[in-house]
Amino acid sequence: MKVQVDQSKCQGHNRCYAIAPELFDVDDLGNAFAIGDGVVEPHLAEKARLAVANCPEYAISIVEE
Amino acid sequence: MTTLDEKSIYGPVTSWQTDFDHADPSYNENAHAIWSELRGTCPVAHTERYGGTWLPVTHDLVHEIAYDTEHFSSRGVVVATVKPSDLPDAIPAPIGGAPPITSDPPFHQDARRILLPAFSPKTIDLWEPEIRLLCRELIADMKTVDVVDAATQFAQHIPVNVIARMLGFPPEDGEKFRGFVHDVLEAINLEPGKRAEAFMALDAYIAKQVQDHIDNPRDDLTNFLLNAKIYDQPLSLQHVGGSIILLLIAGIDTTWSAIGSSLWHLATNPVDRRRLVDNPALMPTAIEEFLRAYAPVTMARVVKDDYNFHGNEMKQNDWVLLPFPAANRDPKEFENADQVLIDREVNRHAAFGLGIHRCLGSNLARLELRVAVEEFLAAFPDFELAPDEVVKWSVGQIRGPRELPVRINARTL
Repeated sequence: MKVQVDQSKCQGHNRCYAIAPELFDVDDLGNAFAIGDGVVEPHLAEKARLAVANCPEYAISIVEE
Repeated sequence: MTTLDEKSIYGPVTSWQTDFDHADPSYNENAHAIWSELRGTCPVAHTERYGGTWLPVTHDLVHEIAYDTEHFSSRGVVVATVKPSDLPDAIPAPIGGAPPITSDPPFHQDARRILLPAFSPKTIDLWEPEIRLLCRELIADMKTVDVVDAATQFAQHIPVNVIARMLGFPPEDGEKFRGFVHDVLEAINLEPGKRAEAFMALDAYIAKQVQDHIDNPRDDLTNFLLNAKIYDQPLSLQHVGGSIILLLIAGIDTTWSAIGSSLWHLATNPVDRRRLVDNPALMPTAIEEFLRAYAPVTMARVVKDDYNFHGNEMKQNDWVLLPFPAANRDPKEFENADQVLIDREVNRHAAFGLGIHRCLGSNLARLELRVAVEEFLAAFPDFELAPDEVVKWSVGQIRGPRELPVRINARTL
């Protein structure tokens, strides 16, 4: 399982970074990106789903591998 | 606070569907019921007031307009008796009078990029100790009286003080800021000449502060803007002044309202208040839920050219209100939309807008809101609405309590 942030949709609401700082970081402009290659350890799967479900711009998705 | 003769040029509202007025005091007092009724009857209300204004109330429609910069301009964001198109000297699109909030693509992104780093989460987090200290000072100033006004003695001072410090403006000018904010955001239904007077006073004040920063440079946002460049050129003084107007006006009423509404909820819902006191781990979801359920900010757009929007014949230069608070109460987007659930985990709210104009100060607003609620609850864990006193709500696009008398009962700090 991986998380992805669509940079063309992210407007910097910062919800994902607040919910799951283990999975997301923000740049100097406040836009979010997935940490590393976005791989989600099993114990963070619920946080990943919450990050997706709380993004106002529908910018985050989960890719099942 | 203001010297304006505050007499609306409009009469009482005859129908919320066809004659609504967001400056009628009953609008904000009954906003949730009005939006709910409109959602079931006509999802886009209309009024001839303000030269023609539209009000979509579903999440889908608000979302669509927020994303549609081709048909809708941000040149005017406060629906009032004066339209940008009425003013020959108004700065045209895509820049507008207060960039970037009044800007359209492609200029918008370049103007916004200048300010984003100052409001990024990591920069804003550094303000937490100062905001907490400020809240504690305000609480200490309340002494030992039984009843305090949580709006005027607490909530409103927080954003006023923080933005004064960020801009490097005299802290004792807070009362002036509140006057300007009132004139711009609440005194919207006066005859156009009176509104122009208020803007001249605001422009003159800002010009004076900017000149003082040119003469005596220091490390603050005003000098940052004076040193900033766009397209390899320094910002014009008009751009600097416009951005300062944005920071001063947009950050004060909005955050004050969010803090006030959250405290109003806790004052009227003792079960939620007790749960938050006993279990502070609920604070993150509670804050997002207060932002959803009591979102303070309705934005606005100007119709660029005649446009048929889902059967509504919008005319060039008509106003369109974007009620994000109504979108946040749409049952098609949120389960139990009219219930305030402080442990709501899935909450894709639009309190800070949608699309390219996402509130620039959202990280600061959220921090001020959280710290204010934490400190007020810590000091007054048993506060409640004061009996026999009246809560007074704002008028206009920013919704929140302007007077919030609460009985603080036992004090712990």
